Amino acid sequence: MSTYLGMPAVPPKPAAEPHDPLRWGTTFPDAARGTLEDAQLRTNLRRATRTIRDKRLAVTAELPDWEALRDAGAAIKADAMDRLPELLEQLEANVTARGGTVHWARDAAEANRIVTGLVRAAGAREVVKVKSMVTQEIGLNEHLEAEGVAAHETDLAELIVQLAGDRPSHILVPAIHRNRDEIRDVFRSRMPGAPDGLTNEPAALAMAAREHLRALFLRADVAISGANLAIAETGTVAVVESEGNGRMCLTLPRTLVTVMGIEKVLPRFRDLEVFLQLLPRSSTGERMNPYTTTWTGVTPGDGPQEFHLVLLDNGRTRALADDVGRQALHCIRCSACLNVCPVYERTGGHAYGSVYPGPIGAILTPQLLGLGDGDAATASLPFASTLCGACYDACPVKIDIPTALVHLRDRALHDGAPRRPTAAGVAMGAAAAVLSSGRRFRWALRGSALVGRLLGGRRVRRLPWPGSLWTASRDLPALPTRSFSATRATRATRAARGAGEPPSGVQPRRADGRGRS
Amino acid sequence: MSARADVLAAVRAALGRCVGAGARAGRADAPGEGGVPRGYRVETGTASGSAPACDLLEHRLLDYRARVVRCGPDEVAATVARELAGAGSVAVPHGLPEAWAVAARTAGVVVRADLPGRPLATAELDRTDAVVTGCRVAVADTGTIVLDAGPGQGRRVLTLLPDRHVCVVRSDQVVGSVPEAVRLLEAHPERPLTWISGPSATSDIELVRVEGVHGPRDLRVVLVGD
Repeated sequence: MSTYLGMPAVPPKPAAEPHDPLRWGTTFPDAARGTLEDAQLRTNLRRATRTIRDKRLAVTAELPDWEALRDAGAAIKADAMDRLPELLEQLEANVTARGGTVHWARDAAEANRIVTGLVRAAGAREVVKVKSMVTQEIGLNEHLEAEGVAAHETDLAELIVQLAGDRPSHILVPAIHRNRDEIRDVFRSRMPGAPDGLTNEPAALAMAAREHLRALFLRADVAISGANLAIAETGTVAVVESEGNGRMCLTLPRTLVTVMGIEKVLPRFRDLEVFLQLLPRSSTGERMNPYTTTWTGVTPGDGPQEFHLVLLDNGRTRALADDVGRQALHCIRCSACLNVCPVYERTGGHAYGSVYPGPIGAILTPQLLGLGDGDAATASLPFASTLCGACYDACPVKIDIPTALVHLRDRALHDGAPRRPTAAGVAMGAAAAVLSSGRRFRWALRGSALVGRLLGGRRVRRLPWPGSLWTASRDLPALPTRSFSATRATRATRAARGAGEPPSGVQPRRADGRGRS
Repeated sequence: MSARADVLAAVRAALGRCVGAGARAGRADAPGEGGVPRGYRVETGTASGSAPACDLLEHRLLDYRARVVRCGPDEVAATVARELAGAGSVAVPHGLPEAWAVAARTAGVVVRADLPGRPLATAELDRTDAVVTGCRVAVADTGTIVLDAGPGQGRRVLTLLPDRHVCVVRSDQVVGSVPEAVRLLEAHPERPLTWISGPSATSDIELVRVEGVHGPRDLRVVLVGD
């Protein structure tokens, strides 16, 4: 048996274990400065995002009704948010009628307590887990470990991340920041029963994981999963996956605990026909993912005989209260926005300091946490964008991420207690003072024209501090010697005096006919 | 107050009190029930049960590297037996046509029946080489086969542990699109559904696709024509 104690062969990424899964401490610009220097990460990411992007484009172009599907998806999600209380009650009633038990959790701590209690009641010291972003969000694994319960991740990427002591860096391919050599080293040093002479071939690595995990699946009594969606009309829950570890966890153990954010509920069974098209094509760029499992409560003799559904708020109601920001709750976690984002492609997911990275993370994380406490890291997230809008194009449920980003930037600056004045804030204040008065504006123009005449057309490339903060990376425009309105006024006077002049505002032709003077 | 009451109250409060006055929402207005625009296709150019549907299904399944065998309605038992060649044992669900189990037995494969009162133990299933089932519906456009744990399909674990899954799909079970399949399945939404689109796969390691992570690595579809 290979040893897995002592120094891991591969240092974990990020280096320090974050305390809060939604807030890893530093602001986006600071974190990005670090991740931008990780050449391995950037190479992996560039390949990954471009590959998935191309696949997604091909497989969505195939459908003549793709836009109609997006419209339907967006409308269904908006409707679900509008009727959320009724849908949640309906979901609870239907799950309960079919032998399941529904629990409610106001926040992460409460959800962790509930799940731990259920695991204890089942008499288990270990659980198997299907990849679930919401369980990452609440830090469930760490809580279970602290309570003496081993939580085994069974998704290949999550297994790699767990063994390496990393944090996930992408919603869909969480271990994308690792190459095959690193993964082989992690397995060799930290996976019990890893074969000697394990190569770095992806197929060999996957088979090693298959063997390791199969033993776990066959002996586990309790499984913990998330849910891609839950249907209120029937109480049906669905998990969409590729590897089969979901089927293992959802079928073999005696007890199943599913943790789900309240925003994942959909009204009707028929809505599956929309989302089972939107999700696979947007996330992995496939016509359909290998395995989708749906179940309703408990089916006697088939699968887990005890089913618990934990409905989680943890800040979702905070997002729901924001008229513009609420659409972040429509997210179906496909990660299409991550794969088209020029910022994410270069900085990677760790720079966002949250289990929800990328464009959707930039609008979801601040709302789950709230912007009122003035935390710099949270407040920096809505600014982690060039507002290019590629995410909006890619989003299968048409979340208008750029609009939400701008809206949240405004909130980040104005929510909560007034902050220390910044250079930018002072400059904006001065500009507002000048621009808000016609008289002050005209005087500013005259002053600028005077400086322009003094410079005689020369361009200023460097200013002394504090102007140097601006000119270090920007050129100042060349100042004109007369303001536009002054020039226009003169032309109008000239035209009124003499005929044959060109119409006001239009410069006269050059004598040699080449354009205007 | 209980957590349930608190959460529902928070949801109601959030909906009644919106922050961000005047800002345009992501959608102009949210429709109530029945207000969802469903302009997407339900029927496609591929008619259910037609020869083109079966051809498309076969094409998609081959894309997923599943094995597809076509046969006539009288040849199913023999074809199933042939597809079980090399397997020492096969699990069969309750309600599977008896002729198929007989053909398998004749071909020298040990047949283990999973019965309602006497289910196969997990350990025994883990040692079984293959499983034969029917299906509920197949989607041509996506190459998907859906099982609903009904007669001839059996408990979900049966198609999970053995390494080879022989699945018999009749042409009249083939529909063109996902919406057509869902509308068929919505008659019994409480049944546990397993949607299978090729063997399992992962691209988690450097985006290199590896097949057969968990579940049957060998998926064989017997497509029965008219």
